[in-house]
Amino acid sequence: MLVTFSVLLICQCIGEGIAYALHLPVPGPVIGMMTLFCALVLRPALLDRIQATGDDLLRHLSLLFVPAGVGIFVAATSLQGQWPAIIAAVVVGTLTTLAVTALVMRAVSPTVQVTDKDDGAQP
Amino acid sequence: MNELGTVWVYLSASPLLGLTLTIGAYSCANAISARCGLSPLANPVAIAILLIGAVLALTNMSYARYFQGAQFVHFLLGPATVALAIPLARHLPRVRKALFPILCALLAGSTTAIVSAVLLVRAFGGSAALALSVGPKSATTPIAMAASQYLGGIPALTAALVISTGIVGAISARYLFDFLRIHSPEVRGFALGLASHGIGTAQAIQVNPSAAAFAVLGMGLNGVLTAVLAPYLVPVLLSL
Repeated sequence: MLVTFSVLLICQCIGEGIAYALHLPVPGPVIGMMTLFCALVLRPALLDRIQATGDDLLRHLSLLFVPAGVGIFVAATSLQGQWPAIIAAVVVGTLTTLAVTALVMRAVSPTVQVTDKDDGAQP
Repeated sequence: MNELGTVWVYLSASPLLGLTLTIGAYSCANAISARCGLSPLANPVAIAILLIGAVLALTNMSYARYFQGAQFVHFLLGPATVALAIPLARHLPRVRKALFPILCALLAGSTTAIVSAVLLVRAFGGSAALALSVGPKSATTPIAMAASQYLGGIPALTAALVISTGIVGAISARYLFDFLRIHSPEVRGFALGLASHGIGTAQAIQVNPSAAAFAVLGMGLNGVLTAVLAPYLVPVLLSL
């Protein structure tokens, strides 16, 4: 666990440092993710050391959105009169994105479709 | 009774209470979701947010006070974003095999997410600040907030829009995909992760390991592409 957190935080520091120094529009954690990805590809042994704790962290990923999510109530008070625009963007925009992504992926990958199994337990 | 009040005042001044409330409400929400047979309609993030919102309203605690404690959980979004490299590296062989469909879907989905959000806000009379804040909404929170800041949007508003997007996608994806007759877990997972980031991915993790792997992939790739695309695409859409 300590090794994993050290690796994650070091990569994040590297990412934040690069983003700040080079004035990149890409946030530090994303550059940190790319750094870790390169490290894992170059040294596959590292994956075995950090994947158990990393997976635990990602399993509770939705917990990490809760604090910012409670801010919805604060944001909501400053948005009077803009609700049609927000609901359209969030509901229609998201459903369109889901549909376009899935339809394009299916259209260009007949091989993925062959393994289809509708077991009724899919997202 | 008076003593209890003193204890409450003491506790609510420390970050401990906000942190306890966050983890406690999330555990409750997970239990409720499990009781509902993990139905997408009982989304744990939505339930936890409503529970905490109710507690804050009842106890008259401000969001700023709550966040003093909750920031410790919020901070972990950074390391968690870095940790997305782990499933990406693990699934590299499968990704290589499906590289072409993944790249096509990524490009189409990422562009659709940004374009549809900005144009819909403009079509329904939203302000410029809202349009700037809504562009990166399908990316995961830290990425979307950074992109919004870069664009001149309101990062806190973007965070709220990102989380709403995550919840809407996680709740509706199963029904939408069934309606469109898309059954492949890889395709369903990838689209869900791309459109609804971590909240969609969390939904995929609970139902199918194959869908989960592709959801992580969709979220990670779209995060990177949105960070790169949004700063250039959103100003163009606003000037149309």
